[in-house]
Amino acid sequence: MSARATPYASWGGVLRAPHIACRPATRAAAAEVLCGGGTMVLHGNGRSYGDVALNPGGGLMDITALDRFIAFDPDTGLLTCEAGVKLSDILEVLSRPQADGGGWLLPVMPGTRFITVAGAIANDVHGKNAHHLGSFGNHVEQVELVRSDGSRLTCSRTEHPDLFAATLGGLGLTGLILSATLRLRRVPGLGIESEDIRFGHLDDFFRLDAESADHWEYTAAWVDCLASGAALGRGIYSRGRHVPGVACDPPARAPRLSVPLTPPLSAVNGLSVRAFNALYWRKLGGAGRRLSIGSYGPSFFPLDAIGQWPRLYGPRGFYQFQAVVPHADGPAVTRELLKTIAASRQGSMLVVLKRFGTVEPEGLLSFPMPGISLALDFPNRGEATLRLLGRLESLVMEAGGRIYPAKDSCMRAESFAQGYPALDAFRAFIDPALTSAFARRVGILKEFPA
Amino acid sequence: MTSGSRIAIFGATSDIAAAYARRSAEGKARLALFARDAAALDALKADLVVRGAAEVQTFAADFTDFSALPGLARTALTALGGLDVALVAYGSLPDQKTLNTDPAALRAALDLNFTSPAMLANLLAEGLEPARAGAIAVITSVAGDRGRQSNYGYGAAKGGLQTFLDGLRHRLAPAGVHVLDIRPGFVATKMTAHLPQGGPLWAMPDKVATDIAGALRKRSAVLYTPWFWWGIMTIIRAVPRAVFHRTKL
Repeated sequence: MSARATPYASWGGVLRAPHIACRPATRAAAAEVLCGGGTMVLHGNGRSYGDVALNPGGGLMDITALDRFIAFDPDTGLLTCEAGVKLSDILEVLSRPQADGGGWLLPVMPGTRFITVAGAIANDVHGKNAHHLGSFGNHVEQVELVRSDGSRLTCSRTEHPDLFAATLGGLGLTGLILSATLRLRRVPGLGIESEDIRFGHLDDFFRLDAESADHWEYTAAWVDCLASGAALGRGIYSRGRHVPGVACDPPARAPRLSVPLTPPLSAVNGLSVRAFNALYWRKLGGAGRRLSIGSYGPSFFPLDAIGQWPRLYGPRGFYQFQAVVPHADGPAVTRELLKTIAASRQGSMLVVLKRFGTVEPEGLLSFPMPGISLALDFPNRGEATLRLLGRLESLVMEAGGRIYPAKDSCMRAESFAQGYPALDAFRAFIDPALTSAFARRVGILKEFPA
Repeated sequence: MTSGSRIAIFGATSDIAAAYARRSAEGKARLALFARDAAALDALKADLVVRGAAEVQTFAADFTDFSALPGLARTALTALGGLDVALVAYGSLPDQKTLNTDPAALRAALDLNFTSPAMLANLLAEGLEPARAGAIAVITSVAGDRGRQSNYGYGAAKGGLQTFLDGLRHRLAPAGVHVLDIRPGFVATKMTAHLPQGGPLWAMPDKVATDIAGALRKRSAVLYTPWFWWGIMTIIRAVPRAVFHRTKL
């Protein structure tokens, strides 16, 4: 397997560095690379915003060529596929409407479908139905894991259950996932009924959320992060649910539009965000709500409408921040976070507020926990942005929350340890051949202090 | 690609061929796959079945064994009860410096990249001509368009194959059998993994497979894929020899 210096970047574009990279074509070749000596990071389709899948200047195994389906049982919905198969491929091949309009669907779909199965497992990703069905790992039946000592293990809730739990949300540090078996879900209609409702204040979000929780499977809200004072936390609440008998085709395999090149300056700035937010908040017109029935694509995968969209942030890229805080202080802390962001005037259009439910994630380092999650982008303005992120981090940690590794670029080691109390237990499962810039930065790997 | 098409692919585990097989499987095609590596064939078959192929048969094949070629062609023509498309996709990209000093390596490169696919195409023609239907698609290369110091061994084999297909097309035109000469440029595959991939000239196998499906539908004679290679090669062919010899192409 030939390795060569190849540039790999974080999705936010802030970190870009050459790696000694290889892209094995088969599972056997990938296992050989892992066991061949040296340390490396495992890299999927490169949608992590920060450094969980980077190892600047060091080894990197790109798993995207492991993209074969292995088996699908149309009676049980069990799908076995290689680690690098993308969620978009699964939807395209298996989420076809059947005669009754229903069909097989991924039980958990994150904000982009262009991620690999192994990446979804390693980050234990969640979607808009987290309050009903939990996170991706809850629907993984087993993984085929190879470790650098040459062992090749089938891990599930019954075989090597501890290693299985460490691997769900394990940030690619517990071994190389060669293949995985997922339990797809049969829905009575692939199409969804979705309703957008404008709300004027953060309190209205919590009211809408409480009233929607039981009967709407998919919920999330967009928030105008520039609004302050009486309008603090105004936004649009989106809720959706499957409609029996309504068919819909899978979303396209690739975005129809793409940003062809990086503009010299960020197109996301105070003026454009203010204009966008003002217009977007009014998009529902006088009624303030809109009901529609159709494909889940546009509302589930808003980020997939335009390819290479991070280029809009210009050459300096952007930071993403996502944290969850427990319900007890959820409204108060969310208000404080939004106030801090509004005062900084640094936020962007992309802001998502979402409630996580009580379905326990199974991974030792899984991000979701019961509480309120806030996610948003910040154009990279250097020190000023890092200071803001530091303030947000402090607020989250004081409230007993945690920050999402897949989105993070600057969390402190103490914050990671506090947010992920199973860290010590997790360390026992780390494969010595695996590393990442993130794991070193937040002190998961002790021998490399941040 | 109409549902239920009968497609035989030689060198089926190559990246371009596998990408074409996937497309076809998603269109419910019936496939007969030939390749050297039995394990890779099995993995491909499993993938194609999940993707929706109506039928997948696999056959281990050594394309350098000329005496086996008639048997392979016969199998391809009969395994699916007739044949709509035969895609000949095997080949190798040898190192020209080695070919310069090693006659045996040169011969092996010419055998695999010219003699074998030419023989196979002719054997397939024998079956398709009386049926007065079907298509023979063969992957050659833009490298066959002009001899260049950096890879004229490979280029000569592919150029020879282009000429062979030109003649075969002439012969089969009255019978209505379609002959497609596929000329990819730089494609990011296992065969080119040792080259620095990336940049605007490099295409992904999926793109090439999509173009192949389009050219079969349109019954094109020659396909440059991606399309801009037609322009590039037109210029390269037109450069006067005196100037050409001063380049490192």
